[in-house]
Amino acid sequence: MSDFKHTHAAHCESGVMSSMLRHHGLNLSEAMVFGLSGAMVFAYLPFIKMGGMPLIAYRMMPKAIIKGLQKNIGIEMVMQTYSKPQEGTKALDALLAEGKIVGAQTSVFWLPYFPDEMRFHFNAHNLIIYAKEDQNYQISDPVFEHPVVSDVKGLEKARFAKGIMAPKGLLYYPSYVPKQVDFETVIPKSIKKTAKMMLKTPVPIVGIKGIRYLAKHIRKLENKDRRYAKLFLGHIVRMQEEIGTGGAGFRYVYASYLDEASALLKNDALFEASKMMTAVGDEWRDFALMIAKAIRSKKSESIDYDALADKLETVAASETEVYQRLLEAF
Amino acid sequence: MKADNVPQDYISTYAENKKAIYATDEEGHYGVVASSGWDVEEEATKQALHELERLADDAYETVLSEEASPLLYHMYAQRMDLQVLAQTTGIFQWRIKRHFKPEIFAKLDDEFLARYSDVLGMSVEELKVLPLRGDDV
Repeated sequence: MSDFKHTHAAHCESGVMSSMLRHHGLNLSEAMVFGLSGAMVFAYLPFIKMGGMPLIAYRMMPKAIIKGLQKNIGIEMVMQTYSKPQEGTKALDALLAEGKIVGAQTSVFWLPYFPDEMRFHFNAHNLIIYAKEDQNYQISDPVFEHPVVSDVKGLEKARFAKGIMAPKGLLYYPSYVPKQVDFETVIPKSIKKTAKMMLKTPVPIVGIKGIRYLAKHIRKLENKDRRYAKLFLGHIVRMQEEIGTGGAGFRYVYASYLDEASALLKNDALFEASKMMTAVGDEWRDFALMIAKAIRSKKSESIDYDALADKLETVAASETEVYQRLLEAF
Repeated sequence: MKADNVPQDYISTYAENKKAIYATDEEGHYGVVASSGWDVEEEATKQALHELERLADDAYETVLSEEASPLLYHMYAQRMDLQVLAQTTGIFQWRIKRHFKPEIFAKLDDEFLARYSDVLGMSVEELKVLPLRGDDV
């Protein structure tokens, strides 16, 4: 509890799990957690709307990282939800009193320490509560540089926010953490799974096909209401950069995973793939920059949707090469 | 992206916080860099915020002219839309649209209104009125 160390991370779920595992004696960086859980993906689901905008995801569904770790490295987690806020607060306090550090799912909108301009209604944010002092919880929110604080009522409201993916006060902590990980086995397995998913999923909305599908829809924005078109483009950038991805829709985090994996397995091909993935991340960032310029354009200026779509097609082609290289890396 | 090239644009949306970005050294090996923000991200976030503000401002006028109930304003002011309001309250969208009508909203009792005010994070009394301009969230 008092020996818990906060670490700054790119992403909430991977940041929490990395911190938690480290606290329990298994030292895995955020990048390793992210990579080993097989969480990286691309999906474009135009038929599912959030905030009036289609779902674009650069990672698998919430809890995929926790579940991926359970499956791939054998950690066991206790996951508990509660029907009443007071019940949830009592349970949290009891766990803290036992000296445990506890993961929690919360709404971003209701967390007291969140900057105003970052508050949107998103219910699947993860953080660690590691102590309670008087009426305040000491919180390690991975996306923040330093530990933060919340009063009891504030955290309760965030833990019990309603709506899609309602947290229901979810608390979690490990009941079993292995002393080590068989990297020789799990790293290749996780990499092949991610590569195959991106290359071979036979539906148009996932993986490389999904990126191309999005490019196709960007071309069609020409025929849509301009205000909507600009919001659509801005939305892509938000999903890629705002939600806590470490930059370029998790591609840099994944490149970091490949970098670490290369050293662990003494496999140069993985480092080559890491550098290729870094270059892919840079292309995603260039794409985002193009969008920023486009959404700045005045009413009289036309937006070159084809140029944006062409850029995204280039990204798709470059990503394809990385995954093909990864499948040959072992 | 090299660590030296990680943007440090001190964007307002971070309110002086920093996010962790992954970037490389000269050889391509990774580390974590704390970034005060990329103005590209700021533009995208502000675009979304301004759209919600625009909807809230329009709703404010509509409510003032008694063509909609304060619920319409408060929904956007709390950065929700019809879908989120329906999902958080468990009230169907078609019903919520009826409650945007002033004459129908006026007939709702406090117990029912609490279903809205709870998820919007305000009192029933606050829900029933528009805030004074310059006063709002």
